[in-house]
Amino acid sequence: MYQIIVFAPFLAAIIAGLFGRQLGDRGAQIITCGALVISAILSWVALFQIGFGGTVEHVTIMTWVSSGDLNFNWGFKIDTLTAVMLVVVNTVSCLVHIYSIGYMSHDPHKARFMAYLSLFTFAMLMLVTADNFVQMFFGWEGVGLASYLLIGFWYKKPSACAAAIKAFLVNRVGDFGFALGIFAIYMVTGSVEFDVVFAKIPELQGQTIHFLWMDLDLITTICILLFIGAMGKSAQLGLHTWLPDAMEGPTPVSALIHAATMVTAGVFMVARTSPIFEYSPDALAFVTFIGASTAIFAATIGTTQNDIKRVIAYSTCSQLGYMFFALGISAYGAAIFHLFTHAFFKALLFLGSGSVIHAMSNEQDMRKMGGLRKKIPWTFAMMVIGTLALTGFPFLAGYYSKDMIIEAAFASDSSMAGYAFFMGVFAALLTSFYSWRLIFMTFFGESRSPKSVQDHVHESGNWMMAPLYVLALGALLAGFIFKDYFIGQNYEDFWGSALFLKDAANNVMEAAHYVPGWVIASPFIVMVLGFLIAVYAYIIRPDMPARFAGTFRYLYALSYNKWYIDEIYDYLLVNPAKKLGVFLWKKGDENIIDRFGPDGAAASVMSLARKFRGLQSGYIYHYAFAMLMGIAAFVTWFVFISGGGAS
Amino acid sequence: MMEIGLAHYLTVAAILFSIGIFGIFMNRKNVIVILMSVELILLSVNINFVAFSSYLNDMGGQIFTMFILTVAAGEAAIGLAILVIYYRNRGSIAVEDIHLMKG
Repeated sequence: MYQIIVFAPFLAAIIAGLFGRQLGDRGAQIITCGALVISAILSWVALFQIGFGGTVEHVTIMTWVSSGDLNFNWGFKIDTLTAVMLVVVNTVSCLVHIYSIGYMSHDPHKARFMAYLSLFTFAMLMLVTADNFVQMFFGWEGVGLASYLLIGFWYKKPSACAAAIKAFLVNRVGDFGFALGIFAIYMVTGSVEFDVVFAKIPELQGQTIHFLWMDLDLITTICILLFIGAMGKSAQLGLHTWLPDAMEGPTPVSALIHAATMVTAGVFMVARTSPIFEYSPDALAFVTFIGASTAIFAATIGTTQNDIKRVIAYSTCSQLGYMFFALGISAYGAAIFHLFTHAFFKALLFLGSGSVIHAMSNEQDMRKMGGLRKKIPWTFAMMVIGTLALTGFPFLAGYYSKDMIIEAAFASDSSMAGYAFFMGVFAALLTSFYSWRLIFMTFFGESRSPKSVQDHVHESGNWMMAPLYVLALGALLAGFIFKDYFIGQNYEDFWGSALFLKDAANNVMEAAHYVPGWVIASPFIVMVLGFLIAVYAYIIRPDMPARFAGTFRYLYALSYNKWYIDEIYDYLLVNPAKKLGVFLWKKGDENIIDRFGPDGAAASVMSLARKFRGLQSGYIYHYAFAMLMGIAAFVTWFVFISGGGAS
Repeated sequence: MMEIGLAHYLTVAAILFSIGIFGIFMNRKNVIVILMSVELILLSVNINFVAFSSYLNDMGGQIFTMFILTVAAGEAAIGLAILVIYYRNRGSIAVEDIHLMKG
């Protein structure tokens, strides 16, 4: 069964990718969607068997590497954590596949698109089912590749190609850290298999590793390296710059890869390696700090962006920050729960915004929307459900997961927990504000679009709306149904050994149930506050945002220009790298290597040949003369010098 | 009266050979002259053959001369045929103009 879950999308990707032309668009769509539906259904079966049955499955497929001390297999380790990820990945992926049939209906390369989507799904499944670090890294790189291909899907757009390259390069930085982490793990434990590594980690406490002139704590170093990998993939502060640009890809891609699944790979990885992170309080504090900072940082940018997809992208970035600081304070269950619910409502928001963009003839700028409420009421309803779930409206998905994270942050005694708590609450305020701002700018007020676009506004077809309904159902119910298992009283039965706590008696999520009332109320209060500010600024007094931006010009510019992170990187890294490249190209390559290497050799051969060419006059008598002279010389030598002939 | 011996024949042959060789690379006008020079060289060799044949009382040399004359006739025919074709193609058989192999 697990082989089918993982390899069905792979087969579909191969078939649709290589034989898409023979199958036709419809054939490719049927095969990929069919494979994904099967995978998704089996994943739910797996969740019920593993999660609620309390078992852990190990499946070995074949030997991968067997070389000296280094032995590992292609294998699956299916515990509750993996089963949850299987459900998230396959469900969202399946819905996005179906949605793509409608969204990409005007695109000439449907088969290629579907093949890439399935390939991505396969790589993601490899990542989450891996039973060793190397296979995880394989999936990790695979999703990076698929992300690159899909961001650059419209390869004729220069901006899309640039965004694809940027995503790939920024991820390389993170992957470098991850790879170093794996090397370090192998060096100290002699294995890359999860079970073996995790068993050996407790013995390594307190050991140090010597690097240059420093003695670093071994486990902390490994954790930080692994976390750098997670930062790249999950777009955390510092390595987040690729995510907003990745919105150049088609909207289904944004929903699947850059909201629901791939960007959560970092969260999954940290949760999977929790038996390592638990032994390094410093690394956990670092994770908390980065997560909390990202949550607030991305939220501030989200408040001023005008591109509908970018607002949601920064929102994703911010929510990922929540997940990371939940991991940092050892509230792994809450982090994965937020990952789970976030996948539903963020995919819903993205697919909803895709529906809006589709209706507006590919317009993404919210300043040119407005008043769409009556024209596309179903999309409007779905977007509102997504927004309510995201902002944590009571009894919807985000209410359980996000509030749990904030409460756990308050209850935790980690050194960074206080910071995380206040940042989390403040980010929740901003989340509410920018989410409702998006709704009000898009759906309320007067329409600001040209007449030609307005006449064309229409509700999307069934292929696009059906996935929205399913996701809306998830956004409404996922929190309520699963809260007891993920974070509530059935926590231990459900997770089993998948999530590790060093100090199991001191579970921060236990403590989170006993926090003071004002802590429990605070996310709700800031949510309402954010909503009211948005109502005031965008419904009652539409002139206020402009005046506000005028008054706090520098603050506004800081947020609008994304804290100038891209400009700083351009100045610090990109431009020096470019200059170095030009220098090596012009001076090193052209002036030295080419000049003395290939070009030099070719030139000397040329000049030599030019000299010898003069010998070839083309006149027969010259050749005959040369022959005769040659013969005469030979005979002379033979007769007189070697003295051969006579004797 | 002087006896005409082997040395005289060989001298004549050597003179003919030298004329032939000079004819090949002193000639600037006509390819036919080159062909004629080649014939001259062959004939000088023939004279050597016949002279030694008579001197050594061995008929092999004279038989070989017959073969060589036959081959020379064939070679001259082919050479002339090539020249005719060449003239048709290029409109000239002046040695100066034949330098397609010039580098």
